[in-house]
Amino acid sequence: MNVTIVDYQSGNISSVINSFAEVAKGKVNLEVTSDIKKIKFSDKIVLPGQGSFKSCVDSLNKISGLVDTLKDFAITNKKPLLGICVGLQMFADIGYEEAETKGLGWIPGKVSRIDNQKGKFKLPHIGWNEIEIQKESKIFKDIKNKSHMYFVHSYEFIPEDKSVISAITNYSSKIVCSVEKDNLFGTQFHPEKSDKIGLKVIDNFLKL
Amino acid sequence: MLKNRIIPCLDVKNGRVVKGINFVELKDAGDPVEQAKIYSDGGADEICFLDITASNENRETIIDIVRKTAKECFVPLTVGGGVRTIQNITDLLLAGADKVSINTAAVKNVDFIKEASKKFGSQCIVVAIDAKKVSDNKWEVFTHGGRNKTGIDAVEFAKKVEENGAGEILLTSMDKDGTKSGYDVDLLKIITNNTNIPVIASGGVGTLDHLYDGIVKGGASAVLAASIFHYGEYKIKDAKEYLNSKNVSVRL
Repeated sequence: MNVTIVDYQSGNISSVINSFAEVAKGKVNLEVTSDIKKIKFSDKIVLPGQGSFKSCVDSLNKISGLVDTLKDFAITNKKPLLGICVGLQMFADIGYEEAETKGLGWIPGKVSRIDNQKGKFKLPHIGWNEIEIQKESKIFKDIKNKSHMYFVHSYEFIPEDKSVISAITNYSSKIVCSVEKDNLFGTQFHPEKSDKIGLKVIDNFLKL
Repeated sequence: MLKNRIIPCLDVKNGRVVKGINFVELKDAGDPVEQAKIYSDGGADEICFLDITASNENRETIIDIVRKTAKECFVPLTVGGGVRTIQNITDLLLAGADKVSINTAAVKNVDFIKEASKKFGSQCIVVAIDAKKVSDNKWEVFTHGGRNKTGIDAVEFAKKVEENGAGEILLTSMDKDGTKSGYDVDLLKIITNNTNIPVIASGGVGTLDHLYDGIVKGGASAVLAASIFHYGEYKIKDAKEYLNSKNVSVRL
């Protein structure tokens, strides 16, 4: 199996590479690239994302043909894709970080700043929080409800159709922390930084 | 509910772990990669490396340690010490660090924080503030491992780094560091009350009660400690169980 981590200069993806390499060891052929041909012929794609929504979308758009290739892969051909953090947020139609920015529009919804109740809660939401599983999700196989995952973000994805939400986490409000829609998977938390339980999420995705 | 984090810190000099007593008297105690792995397996919420080599020729050493550690530890890794340029940050992140902690360079030029957080995202920019009490309810920022006085008020500076895009503040009391007499809770309180980003408490931990004080009395989101873990007095697990028994929520 060929799994590609999309490297589109979206900031630091070393940890994503390290964790996937650890889980993939000897089982999966892992590529880290923005080469459209390689992405096309992958079996699975990982779309990381760090920094702001706008900077990530801008970086994707800078690589000619990348957005269309990803769309063909995930929407037309329905092959498995996992978005992590801003990688997940970009599934939305629109984001409001830095400036109003159009997202990929794969899952209807928006990305807004977490309501921290006028400063009552610190932002970014940084650290370990429990996930509350909302529906059965393939990437949560053998993962207990209320497991701890590592978060670091100030913006949240709010999908229109709540049935795509596979887990939420409780902070200043209930925050969407993962989605699953057909072959599309996304986590707001960082499985690559979430210790052994995070590696299990990665393993589940690789085993799909 | 968001958990309070426990962060063991490893002071590294020329590739070896040391723990400074008031930043001067150093003891050698081991291989940083191995130590980090022990902490991560033991339930540390994050790992922090502080490179106190502080000479540019030796930057490769810490980068190599980060590279090796990042392949074995799958919890967030913060690296500080001698981070002065965008290139320094790039090198550390590429080696596998998740966050960098910036101290002197932030004091010298707060625009550096702005530039770094814009380029890499606030999530990976921690500003380390070393503060010393100068009068009642007044603390001043120090640099160069506590040697240089700056005349800058710690509260004003904390607000300023938040405005400029810092994701977290790592707050060390220079009066308390190495004393094992507990965090400077008043300093913590004044900084956590005046900022809206998470504050990591540092400097002075000698007992598990001190961790409790840092979180509950000081309002810190995370507590950093070195020697109590490093010399095996307590395991990370002991600290977590203790805090949990006192109704402080931690990741068990």
